[in-house]
Amino acid sequence: MDFKNLLFIMLSAVFVNNYVLQRFLGICPFLGVSKKLDQAAGMSIAVIFVMLLATAVTWPIQTYLLDPNNLGYLQTIVFILVIAALVQLVEIVLKRYIPALHRSLGIYLPLITTNCAILGVTVLNIQEKYNFAEAMFNSFGSGLGFFLAMVLFSGIRIRTEHCDAPKSFKGLPITLVSAAILAAAFQGFGGVINSLFGR
Amino acid sequence: MKKECQKQSGLDILLRGIIKENPVLVLVLGTCPSMATSTSVSTAVGMGLAATMVLLCSNMLISLLRKVIPDTVRIPCYIVVIAGFVTVVQMLVQAYFKDLYDSLGVFLPLIVVNCIILGRAEMFASKNGVFHSALDGLGMGLGFTLTLTVMGTIREVLGSGSFAGHDLPFFSEYNIPILSQSPGGFFVFGCLIALVAKLTHGRVKHEDTGCGACPHRTVCGKLGKEA
Repeated sequence: MDFKNLLFIMLSAVFVNNYVLQRFLGICPFLGVSKKLDQAAGMSIAVIFVMLLATAVTWPIQTYLLDPNNLGYLQTIVFILVIAALVQLVEIVLKRYIPALHRSLGIYLPLITTNCAILGVTVLNIQEKYNFAEAMFNSFGSGLGFFLAMVLFSGIRIRTEHCDAPKSFKGLPITLVSAAILAAAFQGFGGVINSLFGR
Repeated sequence: MKKECQKQSGLDILLRGIIKENPVLVLVLGTCPSMATSTSVSTAVGMGLAATMVLLCSNMLISLLRKVIPDTVRIPCYIVVIAGFVTVVQMLVQAYFKDLYDSLGVFLPLIVVNCIILGRAEMFASKNGVFHSALDGLGMGLGFTLTLTVMGTIREVLGSGSFAGHDLPFFSEYNIPILSQSPGGFFVFGCLIALVAKLTHGRVKHEDTGCGACPHRTVCGKLGKEA
């Protein structure tokens, strides 16, 4: 029962509440880094990694430090600073100890600090009143949903780059319209996940 | 770096943000909140005004502190200033506009990472006087609010058949619900950018989108090296 609940949270985050396509979080990298498949995948893996790490750090801070001392209103300031510091730390550690990983993910890490998907997932975990395990599964699912959207969309973009769109729709507008169609497709998952878990 | 831009008059700075360098439709910044909160007119206006207030205050304070903040740690300093004002606005909205607070949800704290605000701090407030920075913040904020209102109007009238919560006679019977849901956000935004491209005869280029077009993409990169 408990594991079923965790699975439900994770799958909902991947398909139903997809961060990019349904919640509109992390649109900048979605439009900016989705031109090539390998870049899209690299960016998404870095996002999954930082989402998990940020949740693992910010959830205990909120629960054991801010809430008992009635400092809940400092959430925004504390979270953004913790995430910024954490990303720096991870970059330094990766550079020193795992240079191969740093070469492939390192360039995406600084971009992630000001990515609204990361701050969004940490704040949403608190707002939804998830416990630690639920929060971690939600973060992993959200990151996985981001990965799925990025990889799918990079495939679509290769086609739209070369299609014969009306002149004023060339470039960004046609990209957004095709994202709208992908978002509409993802809406179909809503019923699937709910009926799968009998909710 | 510290050169004052005295050539521009105050009115130019104010109007530039609203039309010529509209942050959403021309600079393509702050896309997440503009698509997420434009489902209805009231949330769109609320989001726009909240961001305008943060932008105005943070631009003024950063401009005042521009000679005190060391260059190497400026980005973390800006983030702290912005986060502080976001918290103030968040508490004000929670106290006086409870409905708006509930409908904006997570997007209210996320004003911190709205790239328009950090972008203006880095591009304008760190190089200009208090008065001009305030005008720039106000202009950019109003441009953001205006675009959100236009998107909100289109999505609410066509999608839900109402305007600011009041049902409209014809549209409420023949509405297109998908426009007020998430696909409509992408679609209306794409169409508006295409319209801007048409009206300006392609003078506005969106060659690079998202991060590529973001004026503080160098900041993101520098953050990793310097902070």
